[in-house]
Amino acid sequence: MSGNAAYTEMWEKLDLDIAAHDGLLSVLGKFYGDIYMSQQGRLKGMEYLDFVLSEVHGLRIKELQDAKAEGRKIIGTFCVFVPEELTLAANAVHVGLCAGADAGTEQAEKLVPRNTCALIKSFIGFKMARLCPYTESCDMVVGETTCDGKKKAYEAFAEHVNMHVMELPQTKTASARQLFRDEVVRYMTELEKLTGVTITPEKLAEGIKVVNNKRRALQRLSALRSADPAPISGRDALLINQVSFYDDPVRFTGSVNALCDEMEGRIAKGEGIAPKGTARLMLSGCPMAVPNWKLPYVMESSGAVIVGEESCIGTRNTRDLVDESATTMDAMIDALVDRYMRIDCACFTPNVERLDNVASMAKELKADGVVHYSLMFCQPYAHEALKVDAALREQGIPMLSIETDYSMEDVEQLKTRIEAFVEMVK
Amino acid sequence: MAGIDIGSRSIELVVRESVAADGATYACGAWQTTLQRRLPTTFDPVQQCRSILADCMPDRIVATGYGRGLVAEVVHASGRTVPVESITEIRAHALGAHHLFPEVRTVLDIGGQDTKAIQLAPGGKVMRFEMNDRCAAGTGKFLEYTATVFQMDVAAFGAFALLGSNAPVINSMCTVFAETEATSLMAQGERPESIALGLHQSIVRRTVNMLRRVGLEYPVVFAGGVAHNPCIRQLLLRELDAPQELLLIPDDPDMCGALGAALWAQQKEMEARHAA
Ligand code: SF4
Ligand code: SF4
Repeated sequence: MSGNAAYTEMWEKLDLDIAAHDGLLSVLGKFYGDIYMSQQGRLKGMEYLDFVLSEVHGLRIKELQDAKAEGRKIIGTFCVFVPEELTLAANAVHVGLCAGADAGTEQAEKLVPRNTCALIKSFIGFKMARLCPYTESCDMVVGETTCDGKKKAYEAFAEHVNMHVMELPQTKTASARQLFRDEVVRYMTELEKLTGVTITPEKLAEGIKVVNNKRRALQRLSALRSADPAPISGRDALLINQVSFYDDPVRFTGSVNALCDEMEGRIAKGEGIAPKGTARLMLSGCPMAVPNWKLPYVMESSGAVIVGEESCIGTRNTRDLVDESATTMDAMIDALVDRYMRIDCACFTPNVERLDNVASMAKELKADGVVHYSLMFCQPYAHEALKVDAALREQGIPMLSIETDYSMEDVEQLKTRIEAFVEMVK
Repeated sequence: MAGIDIGSRSIELVVRESVAADGATYACGAWQTTLQRRLPTTFDPVQQCRSILADCMPDRIVATGYGRGLVAEVVHASGRTVPVESITEIRAHALGAHHLFPEVRTVLDIGGQDTKAIQLAPGGKVMRFEMNDRCAAGTGKFLEYTATVFQMDVAAFGAFALLGSNAPVINSMCTVFAETEATSLMAQGERPESIALGLHQSIVRRTVNMLRRVGLEYPVVFAGGVAHNPCIRQLLLRELDAPQELLLIPDDPDMCGALGAALWAQQKEMEARHAA
């Protein structure tokens, strides 16, 4: 992470706490070095991602400031239910703000109760401690009524940022769909107001194409991981999915496709990141935001390779595409709604699709077992951990349920559990 | 072949040797445990690990327990070049229990700082396991800690608790809060023996829940230091509502993990010799 003096002025303008921010960058840099740069036989294409991540608070933020100078708006989001297609159609920049590190926890606990999941505490903490240049660059932050933790947190957050909250239904009935459709239109209106851009069918069609292409590239990456030996480490694949929330979508899509070409070459030669026969594990559950690499790192240092992430920073965000055949505004919005209502988030009830999706994904990726990850205090995913376990058991796929947070104190215990799970599935 | 189990409270060593004089037969029955040893872990597990291995020269070592990563370092620093591998406590306990009681289907291990329940398939393969979370609730540490409230050595605590009756329910899962609950019960004039019984009951309730979560099947092998505690044994049988012969306790319940590690070393050695 470049703590480059050249950017300090920019960070000062964003009113970051410079000393604390420097500290954060140096910890992150070390962490990245230990977890990423230590890997052997990495794909060449990962250099692009190393670069993007090293400039995550530098060059990319500079790009955002340049975009703002051109009059474009920056939209921050926390959930894959906020349609990026619309953001792009309004000529705005869409970034994910979920945060994956403990920061500003004490300040965050003044706004949300202690028993709130680490992800929520983290995005609030980053804001309160003035550590996140993305949050500080946002012209509007979009929340959504998914879990109770988030929806209440946005009430507190709204006092600190310009917030728009989308109401998300909890079920997938026809009236729920109608509610979501109304909310999509309301988001569109809000965007138009903020940006002064009128979203036309042409612009929306372009937005849909760009986001679909990004998802196609990530789908391609995901499918290539069914190869044995695994062509890419789970850590690297997770990083790619994480970066997909920050980077310019078109540039990102190009580099993921280039990486996939390289992976295909590797697969054709029978090469991989880990020897054939290495235990193949799939992750499933809560999203892992940057720099939450703890569990993947523990898993891949325990003699396993991760072959997929069934999560919102993973296939839950990329599995479905928006139908591109519609031409009228109404039909396009319907197409968007159809696609988004297929997301199998644990906040929905019932959510049986997810059980089938996890099992079929594990089979397609030839996973030897599934590690289900829930963040501590996350009710929705903790509940579904039990259901997923039962569903996978029925299919003869072993599952290990892990509940943890961003702290490092349980790493040794996690290691023992995961090593034992690896011993068990091999 | 040596198995070494570095736990939070103690380190155990089990050495197994092949007794076939001609070196030709390496059937399983030809191996015997020839040495068992135990030391407290103390604050210097590296030194303790060195001591326990000091005068013994195994050809192959398998380490387990939370300090399993230390062993390779210690052995190689001493200039020995023998292969050192490590396996988790889960595999080690499963192997150890299955060796002692081939019919075992569930292993319960309550050690110094963690508790685990393991479900085994009929052949001894691990099917499922559960371990306690970060805190020491429901482990040997809990008993050790609460025994001090009674100014009593933990070894005598079980027998003391057996003298209790109409045990009050201790609700707190947390070791520190349980102590507070016990102290306030004492202040209310509750018999100390009964409070002790209540504390034992709270562990057993927790343990049985864990056993049920892994899909309890009989017989159960109960290992780990806490298996010495007569009160826990009795309550466990009562809570499970199982006949005594379905709860099997090894003669040396603390040695089960080290035994499993030694058995793994033995298996690896046989594979190596076959390959040669
Ligand atoms: S898990 Fe649910 S609430 Fe969280 S980002 Fe995904 S869809 Fe949104
Ligand atoms: S991890 Fe769970 S509790 Fe946290 S924001 Fe996501 S759904 Fe809510």
